[in-house]
Amino acid sequence: MKSLEELKAIRERVQSSINIRNEGGADSTRVVVGMATCGIAAGARPVLAAFVDEVARRKLEHVMVTQTGCIGICRLEPVVEVYVPGQEKVTYVKMTADKVAKIVSDHIVNGKVVAEYTIGAAE
Amino acid sequence: MNMVRSHILVCGGTGCTSSGSQKIIKSLEAELKANGLDNEVKVIQTGCHGLCALGPIMIVYPEGSFYSRVTPDDVKEIVSEHILKGRIVKRLLYQETVQEGQIKSLNDTEFYAKQMRIALRNCGVINPENIDEYIATNGYEALGRVLTTMKPQEVIDIIKASGLRGRGGAGFPTGLKWQFAANQPAGKKYVLCNADEGDPGAFMDRSVLEGDPHAVIEAMTIAAYAIGSEQGYIYVRAEYPIAVARLKIAIKQAKEYGLLGKNIFNTGFNFDLEIRLGAGAFVCGEETALMTSIEGHRGEPRHRPPFPAVKGLFGVPTILNNVETYANIAQIILKGPEWFSSIGTEKSKGTKVFALVGKIKNTGLVEIPMGTTLREIIEEIGGGVPNGKKFKAAQTGGPSGGCIPASLMDTPIDYDNLIAIGSMMGSGGLIVMDEDTCMVDIAKFFLNFTVDESCGKCTACRIGTRRLYEMLEKITSGNATMDDISKMEELCYYIKENSLCALGQTAPNPVLSTLRYFRDEYEAHVRDKKCPAGVCKSLLSYEILPDKCKGCSACSKVCPAGAISGELKKPFVIDKSKCLKCGACIEKCKFGAIVKK
Ligand SMILES: Cc1cc2nc3c(=O)[nH]c(=O)nc-3n(C[C@H](O)[C@H](O)[C@H](O)COP(=O)(O)O)c2cc1C
Ligand code: FES
Repeated sequence: MKSLEELKAIRERVQSSINIRNEGGADSTRVVVGMATCGIAAGARPVLAAFVDEVARRKLEHVMVTQTGCIGICRLEPVVEVYVPGQEKVTYVKMTADKVAKIVSDHIVNGKVVAEYTIGAAE
Repeated sequence: MNMVRSHILVCGGTGCTSSGSQKIIKSLEAELKANGLDNEVKVIQTGCHGLCALGPIMIVYPEGSFYSRVTPDDVKEIVSEHILKGRIVKRLLYQETVQEGQIKSLNDTEFYAKQMRIALRNCGVINPENIDEYIATNGYEALGRVLTTMKPQEVIDIIKASGLRGRGGAGFPTGLKWQFAANQPAGKKYVLCNADEGDPGAFMDRSVLEGDPHAVIEAMTIAAYAIGSEQGYIYVRAEYPIAVARLKIAIKQAKEYGLLGKNIFNTGFNFDLEIRLGAGAFVCGEETALMTSIEGHRGEPRHRPPFPAVKGLFGVPTILNNVETYANIAQIILKGPEWFSSIGTEKSKGTKVFALVGKIKNTGLVEIPMGTTLREIIEEIGGGVPNGKKFKAAQTGGPSGGCIPASLMDTPIDYDNLIAIGSMMGSGGLIVMDEDTCMVDIAKFFLNFTVDESCGKCTACRIGTRRLYEMLEKITSGNATMDDISKMEELCYYIKENSLCALGQTAPNPVLSTLRYFRDEYEAHVRDKKCPAGVCKSLLSYEILPDKCKGCSACSKVCPAGAISGELKKPFVIDKSKCLKCGACIEKCKFGAIVKK
């Protein structure tokens, strides 16, 4: 170890990977992917992976990507719910991995719900 | 690409390892692989979480689900339900985290809410075998700042200003100790870590070494810079295999990163660290005996002065600090002495880790701000005394400490208050006793320990403690007179004043403190030949109440000594000359007809 900068570089590299262990406090955004049998069959796993990737790539600290069981709208799977603190829950349906980057950048980072992917648009 | 979406932390502390956590890690890894999840879910082995009574413990992130008493059979369900489908396995959750169907955060449970984790901050949070994880939680930043921006005296001033006192027993101000050694002329000096942890029931140092070994390495390096030393030793008992193994890994990794060795942080500062194994003798925790042992001799204490800061290991200036003391250092440097000294009481700053054991629901490790009361620790954090029994006393300070009675439960715990009530902080063992505990018997237990552990170098301790033990035995067997109690007290003071080291000087404390608060119990043993708690066998007799006995013969069948006889359907009798007082008959009797008197 030669300098504080070198130490900092290691810290930053590893920090993003252990951030997952901070149980997001009240101020964190939660992305919940439906991962029951129906969700997995419809392709929820790549969606989940894409969220994890995108959040890590952008080093977003207050975003927790997690999963849940069947949300109850199996015909619209894969379903993803996004909870931004202090706002209504937004439900995205028929998700694919390709849609993830846009949701992260528009909705989670910039606060603009991606209306065309939501359950309202699908109905 | 970072695919990992979940971390599963499995406790690899000694408590959980002995309840089977290694098997769980193995089957977890196999199960994840079988489901093709091994690339997206990472299994991490951590140090102790403190709730050892509920082990093996597992935490699944990002949800933070805290599973307790996990068995290898549960692993399949955790993987298929929680990991695959996102359904938390409710039946395995730590019950305190489930309330009215809601799952709350672990930090909001009674066990953790009142705690404040400084020394234990990384225990159960990071993988102790991976230096990167320590660095990610700000590890080695304090060392870097110290070496690149501070003068040795500035470091000492910070530690002095923080008010940190030694956590190994005596509570000596750490900054002052460093100052003494720094003031010695430049030359060879040593930095030592006391990881001997000899108090029966204490395991906080072990947990720090197992859960966060780099914290100790970083702090020792800082201390070395402060006093001008290039070589350190960690003295740890060989009975702590997991701690030793993790320390070895940590030292190796620190060397690879150049955080130990030559020219650290490119500042020209060198420091090397080695482990020395002790054989587990209590006296080797005493500082001069510890040094004698590192020098390769039999671990016996030497006279002080000269103090180690002047003439220590191999005759050169040396500082020795306890593991937990070191575990506070980097945090003080990073957050500032004002932050540290704002925690705690007037003369005792920061936090203290206690090992909660005995008659308490949540046995385990807790770290609390100084000034927390015994009542808060026992009733709130510890969950109280189990089985509806009444709290009687708590013992702190191990064989050098004393018992605190229920009437003093609201005393704020710090170094000075504990001394004032006849006990001491010690290294932090806290043994909880309920109404079924005999205080004379407890004093005898600790004296038995010191008799065994006395190194024999000085007469007051070697012979004095044995005589004291014999007097206690006379009392518990009902053969003592009231005169013996005062003789015993006199002997206590004699041993305290004439022993060479603190082992002997403090050995009578368990007797003196129980005499102070529970004299009536001693007197009951002597005058009435009775043990009020029903523990001392010689003073007990078992009797069958004729009016309750139905003559079923169950007791006579179970008696191992053949001491019970009688005719069926008529009251049975116990032959006291044969009775072993084992209590088997009481357990067997359905009619409550057998009593201890
Ligand atoms: C008999 C005896 C046993 C001791 N055992 C320990 C021990 O196991 N661990 C420890 O840190 N200090 C122990 N001490 C205290 C040490 O002598 C010394 O005060 C301490 O390690 C200094 O570190 P500190 O200032 O950081 O507390 C013991 C003292 C005596 C007299
Ligand atoms: S060893 Fe696992 S919680 Fe203590």
